[in-house]
Amino acid sequence: MNLDRISYILLICGLFVSGCTTRSELPSQQQALSSTTATIENKGSDTLVNLALAWAERYTGEHSEVHISVTGGGSGTGIAAMINGTVDIANASRAMKPEEITRAEANGISPVEIVVARDAIAIVAHPSNAVDQLTLAQISDIYTGKLVNWQQVGGADRPIVPLSRESNSGTYVYMLENVIRLGEKESELLFSPDTLLMASSEGISTEVRQNPNAFGYDGLGYVSPDQKVIAVARDESGPFVLPSVDTVNDGSYPISRPLFMYTAGEPQGAIKAYLDWVLSEGQAAVLELGFVPIHE
Amino acid sequence: MSVRKWLEFFIESGIRVLGFSSIGIVALIFLFLLREGLPVLVEVPVGNLFGVGWYPTFDQFGIVPLLLGSLLVTIVAILIALPLGVATAVYVREVAPNWAREILKPMIEVLAGIPSVVLGFFGITLLAPLVRETLGAPTGLTAFTGALILAYMALPTIISVAEDALDAVPKSYRDAGVALGATQWQTIWLVVVPAARSGIMTAVMLGIGRAIGETMAVMMVTGNAARLPLTLDSLFRPARTMTATIAAEMGEVAQGSIHYHALFGIAIILFLLTFAINLAAASTIFKKRRRGGLR
Repeated sequence: MNLDRISYILLICGLFVSGCTTRSELPSQQQALSSTTATIENKGSDTLVNLALAWAERYTGEHSEVHISVTGGGSGTGIAAMINGTVDIANASRAMKPEEITRAEANGISPVEIVVARDAIAIVAHPSNAVDQLTLAQISDIYTGKLVNWQQVGGADRPIVPLSRESNSGTYVYMLENVIRLGEKESELLFSPDTLLMASSEGISTEVRQNPNAFGYDGLGYVSPDQKVIAVARDESGPFVLPSVDTVNDGSYPISRPLFMYTAGEPQGAIKAYLDWVLSEGQAAVLELGFVPIHE
Repeated sequence: MSVRKWLEFFIESGIRVLGFSSIGIVALIFLFLLREGLPVLVEVPVGNLFGVGWYPTFDQFGIVPLLLGSLLVTIVAILIALPLGVATAVYVREVAPNWAREILKPMIEVLAGIPSVVLGFFGITLLAPLVRETLGAPTGLTAFTGALILAYMALPTIISVAEDALDAVPKSYRDAGVALGATQWQTIWLVVVPAARSGIMTAVMLGIGRAIGETMAVMMVTGNAARLPLTLDSLFRPARTMTATIAAEMGEVAQGSIHYHALFGIAIILFLLTFAINLAAASTIFKKRRRGGLR
């Protein structure tokens, strides 16, 4: 009775879909309906959300038996949801923290980590800003509040307004560990209390577009042409490198990171098929969205 | 007949239960907040809790910048909204011709209905650049920008409560003022407004309650930097409020972690603050009643 009702509903849905497509596609639609449908819940990093959406759209276009719902919210949100068992795949722009893994194991889940793409974090400023290049140490000093005027790094006599994502953002954690603390584990440097914490990437780009004093960071995929991207060097001897697919892949751009998908346990069935697709054909979408594919 | 009596009894007690249930719900919410928030007092040393650094991901739970941020934004908002609100109430109640009153009163209520996220969006795109350019602040996302938006949001509350207070001043007061040879302005300023002052105080209290609990618009326009607002220019620098902190961080915390308990700790402080403010507002109303019905 129940199954009958479900297939009846599916049939109606199928009629709706087929109503919008050509008649010749009807048989394949019905074939899809007769096989089992799968729903994959996918949630997490805001950096990854556009890419994950593009993957989901393309994959479900090819495999109409699979439904994939993608939501953002931040890496921590996605991982927490995966631990609580409400999503199948968590998107994260940082690796899981030890305490998150402990919590997952307490819930009987052993998370599996998959690198799905690479991301470069671009350092951005207002287009009118005269500063073209900075070293990692200078970026660190700006965020910790040691450098407060653009003059100190070769710009105009204006205050620097440092912008960051909120602390639930994977990009925040990455910037803190790899740029502000320059990768030193024992360093206790933090973003200065004067750093503006923006709830979204969009918040940062809005302020960077509007404010000639602004200084921020954002995923390469989110940088729009009306922001100025600053070239970054590991130290004063250079070279100063602008982020691009080439400079990230050859390792010359210093601020880049892997992007992850986490599953609760080894992926199986529809989830495994989807992740395999993401790592092969799906990589074509990575370039188009401004991220860097994991292989050439 | 007896059926009707029983029916009446059930309806009456039903209504009574509903009436008291709001008290029960508030009590339950408070108990829940206590249960989730009090552990932070055990988990985090007191010196850390009342420290000046809010870095929850690095075990620094200093609430002082957040508390001061909320107070700064709220107090400035009320300082802006109070004169505007009282002046509007005086105009609507005492000066405006009937047709203007008919238009103004519903329009003021429409003001109260604008979703705060819309005001926040307005604040980011229009108000923030304006604040930066005209006041020369490094960024437009400041405590002052938040205060402006909050003032706007508290205005409808202040106007309608203050207007009710003016409305309750007996006509004989106005007549007496005019009979003594006072002008309309003198009557309003020296007789009517002072007579309604406790009602206006209530309006201010309710306005503060509205402002301190507001989240979305404030989170969008204040820049959310957890700095200590102790210097003179702090009003024109970013600030982080308690509400914005809870909203921004609640989605991320692992349930039961220290950070989670700390956010509930903030919620307890917010709850106690708004409770005290509303209590103060209510007590001025009760005092007025006891004074002989002059509202």
